[in-house]
Amino acid sequence: MTAVRSKCIKAVFNKQIKDTLKNKATLIQFVMFPMLAVIFTETIAKNQADMPNNYFAIMFATIYAGFVPMVTISSIISEEKEQHTLKMLMMANVKPGQYLVGIGSYVIILCALGSCVFGMIGGYVGLDFLKFLGIMLSGVLTSTLLGAAIGLFSKNQMTATAMVLPLAMIAAFLPMIAMFNEKFEKAARVLYTQQISYMINDPALESLTAERFLIIGINMAIFLIVFVIAYRRRSLS
Amino acid sequence: MNAVIEMNKVKKEFGNKTVLSDVSFSVGKGQIFGLLGPSGAGKTTIINILTGQIRPTDGTAKLLGFDSAKLADGIYNKIGMVLDESGVYERLSAADNMIMFADIYGISRSRITEISEKVGLSDAMKKPVETLSKGMKQRLVLARAILHSPELLFLDEPTSGLDPATALRIHELIREQQKRGCTIFLTTHNMEEASSMCDTIILLNKGRLVERGVPQELCRKYNKDNLIYIMTKDGKELNLDNNHRSAKKIAHLFSENQVESIHSSEPNLETVFITLTGRKLV
Repeated sequence: MTAVRSKCIKAVFNKQIKDTLKNKATLIQFVMFPMLAVIFTETIAKNQADMPNNYFAIMFATIYAGFVPMVTISSIISEEKEQHTLKMLMMANVKPGQYLVGIGSYVIILCALGSCVFGMIGGYVGLDFLKFLGIMLSGVLTSTLLGAAIGLFSKNQMTATAMVLPLAMIAAFLPMIAMFNEKFEKAARVLYTQQISYMINDPALESLTAERFLIIGINMAIFLIVFVIAYRRRSLS
Repeated sequence: MNAVIEMNKVKKEFGNKTVLSDVSFSVGKGQIFGLLGPSGAGKTTIINILTGQIRPTDGTAKLLGFDSAKLADGIYNKIGMVLDESGVYERLSAADNMIMFADIYGISRSRITEISEKVGLSDAMKKPVETLSKGMKQRLVLARAILHSPELLFLDEPTSGLDPATALRIHELIREQQKRGCTIFLTTHNMEEASSMCDTIILLNKGRLVERGVPQELCRKYNKDNLIYIMTKDGKELNLDNNHRSAKKIAHLFSENQVESIHSSEPNLETVFITLTGRKLV
């Protein structure tokens, strides 16, 4: 039974990897922000004495954790619904849970690779690098849950895009705006991406407090509830 | 008869709209069973109910002995489907599409080669699906459906919009599946396809079954005119009653080598359908 489960998950995962290599729109999302971080760090941050070297790495990492997983997974699920490929998978005995694990693990693994790039650009080493990766993955997982829920709610890609973009923009860019505006910062504190931004901003990662993880946990729990509601109402039909 | 599919007094409503009323039929093992009806008659709804995608409002539907509302785990491994929407990954190659399903079913890659040769897609397997013609795509969908040698094959308008040569090839493939013992559930509004392919058919109109039987028997049943049409070599058209009184005249025409063409007035399934419903089968 476990073998059957894992072969379905693996098949979905492999399909998604192959599809990404042929789908520039998805591929670019995973690559764009790490590339921008490298370019900005090398051309601007390293040439500005008053700017920390990891300034852009932190900024783009936060945007990455809030934006990419949410947009990608909602786009994948809604496209599969629109193209009826999901229906064929279900008719081939792939269980909804297996599909979601296959797609979810794909998003998380690719985002983990992107996070590694940010970690390296940000100059994190050793334990700090692992902590950085852990923080990023908590954000990626939270965004993935909300993105998957939106994908489940949407009938097609257009609806999914209309729903996900405003939410992803808030999650991704509010911490950046908060860097320059105190009012926005106060409002953004309830957001998981703001907490991620705080934590990765501290070079020694000393700001890993229980309160920060609690806020991320609450965000995650809310999105999990939304996901469960979406799954029960729409499943993958 | 060993029933593979059974529908008993099935009713389906979507809101206030009744799309199926009191539909009952059964399909025996190894049959090619045709479900004929115009667009909107309820053919796809029947497939959706049988495959457990939607539940009937009333009545029962059984698939391979299981209630379609509570299909057993793994039942889909025994079913193949060609639905009106292809459901193929357009950016992936035909081979990658097949590999994915082979992996899900736990089937060896050599089976993909075998099937792709059978459906005549060997040369196109490396091409992205989005570059394939409609006929090739349909053959790919059929190849995917038969990849795991299912016991039951649902074919929803499998040749709709295809050129005659591709349609013929698909018909051959369907017959091959029947030969190996597969039961085929075919929906179509193509009466020629139904006549030539199906062992049994049912005619569906506005969600109700209006007739059922063997295609040729149904055509004979509704042959009200019962005439023999003869075209003579000098261009005359003769309509003769199909009885012993005409036999002498027909024999005489043949002995005088006067017959250019001769055929009976049996209606085709389209005419039968029009007789029963006043509607066309398109």
